[in-house]
Amino acid sequence: MQLRQQLRQFIVDNFLYGRASGLADDTSFLDAGIIDSTGVLELISHLEQTYSVHMEDHELVPDNLDSINKLAAFLKRKTKQRDAGAIHNAS
Amino acid sequence: MQVEEFLERSAERLPGKTALVCGPRRLSYKEIESQCNRLANGLLSAGLARWDRVAVYLDNSVEAAVAVFAILKAGGVFLVVNPTTKAEKLAYVLNDCRATALITSAEKLDRVRECLAQRPHLKVLIVAGAAEEQQIGDKRLLPLEGILACASEQRPVKRSIDIDLAALIYTSGSTGKPKGVMVTHLNIVSAATSITSYLENTTADVILNLLPLSFDYGLYQLLMAFKIGGTLVLEPSFAYFYPLIETLVREQVTGLPLVPTIASILLQHDLSKYSFPHLQYITNTAAALPTQQIRDLRRLFPQVKIYSMYGLTECKRVSYLPPAQIDVRPGSVGRGMPNEEVYIVDENGNRVGPGVVGELVVRGSNVMKGYWELPEETERVLKPGPFPGEKVLYTGDLFTSDAEGYLYWVGRKDDIIKTRGEKVSPKEVEDVLYSLPGIADAAVVGVPDEVLGSAIKAYVTQMPGARLSEQDVLRHCREHLEDLMVPKFIEFRDRMPTTQNGKINKRALTEVGALE
Repeated sequence: MQLRQQLRQFIVDNFLYGRASGLADDTSFLDAGIIDSTGVLELISHLEQTYSVHMEDHELVPDNLDSINKLAAFLKRKTKQRDAGAIHNAS
Repeated sequence: MQVEEFLERSAERLPGKTALVCGPRRLSYKEIESQCNRLANGLLSAGLARWDRVAVYLDNSVEAAVAVFAILKAGGVFLVVNPTTKAEKLAYVLNDCRATALITSAEKLDRVRECLAQRPHLKVLIVAGAAEEQQIGDKRLLPLEGILACASEQRPVKRSIDIDLAALIYTSGSTGKPKGVMVTHLNIVSAATSITSYLENTTADVILNLLPLSFDYGLYQLLMAFKIGGTLVLEPSFAYFYPLIETLVREQVTGLPLVPTIASILLQHDLSKYSFPHLQYITNTAAALPTQQIRDLRRLFPQVKIYSMYGLTECKRVSYLPPAQIDVRPGSVGRGMPNEEVYIVDENGNRVGPGVVGELVVRGSNVMKGYWELPEETERVLKPGPFPGEKVLYTGDLFTSDAEGYLYWVGRKDDIIKTRGEKVSPKEVEDVLYSLPGIADAAVVGVPDEVLGSAIKAYVTQMPGARLSEQDVLRHCREHLEDLMVPKFIEFRDRMPTTQNGKINKRALTEVGALE
């Protein structure tokens, strides 16, 4: 499944109780009232576990996390960083 | 004294001082006052009469803060509606208080439109971000920006006195319908004076408010910041950790009001990496903080005074624990605040001694005038006090005290759930559950929760043939209830235990739950 599709599925299952109507890839979770502070924590732990990335405090900002598009872009950067780090460590 | 004078006096004394920081916007007292005067004059020219109710349906924003003071300046009564309120309840509240005007934003207009029909009293909508003036049925829509640009910035002639109503604050009632707590100028001035005195607030204070202005704890941060001539940093909500840390540091915040949920989320991060040299006090209300959280906060912020407090909308605040006592009596919510008397009574209204559980009674000029147009419900909680005409408040909260008079919360007399510091009526949630096709029976209770105080749990049974999932039920709740009222747990049952007279036996439900 495409990354965006996976993220959408997680948001729909966990925060919209299965109903995806109105959720576009650039819908702000906060403005649309989809996620609150405890939801953000759930989202972060899901991302850390599913994509094996570690998030620094300074990354916990709406620019990285507040829509499907932002999440996808952020995760791509993070996994690239992680893989680059792994290759670097291996060599 | 009237509440709008909090702003007016600070604007005279400290015109250039930053009063409000909201996102990228920073406004001085002079700028805020000028906007409030303009909006007040706009309301008056739109026909607002003295004591008219005006609803504010906005996210935490400059506009929301301006609206509150503008309504007071115009001699009106404000009510701030929770921005996550759905159309049905908004309609109920607007009708209940017969609001003549509503101040909202273009983003919220769709939801407002849903409830405009059959709102005969509502004449004017003032909308932030609206493009142009228009007529929607019999209602006039005025862009807020137009009023702020064109109306006079002269202070309107004062029309209120301190026994006038200043606000209606809607709170959950046991009948399932929200009740408007009637609050006078004197009520607010008294409570704000007591609270700012025990918090030792000064003009140097910078208070960070993350709580909605519809919640009296959030609203008072605005009122008190302006009263002391301090600075209010108003955030739309608390969702992301790092922006909060940045704001605390950048704005040199001195006062941080918390509820247990926010404290818990903060403490899930490693805060020892940061320093907040300006932070002087943290307040908490709602449920007493779990003892471990108090220890963690004390360790992380050794120089910060931590106030554990308790209150209810009907009198704003009841008690606070002096910070020096927090290590000694971490489970206590303290004693009555200045200029207020509190005591515990038994079922016959006689005062009880230490260690005995009874109902807490509050006496003071902070006690509300009653519930809007609900004389019987009012009579149940406001009872005659020692002096002629005086009323004291029976809180419905069960308390006990220790030998030195420090108070410990025990529970509620009725089945109202206190979650995140706000009251939720099980009936209101049950009514929504019953409206979902397929639900046969529903019973809503509070279950103990370290962070929320109580968490909302719904037990439901289904009609024969119905196949609802937990998701279906939660989705329905989310579509019809404010966020804080949505159950955290749903449990399906084949049948409900009943009492001898056929009512759902909630006690049996939770007891079985405890065994599982």
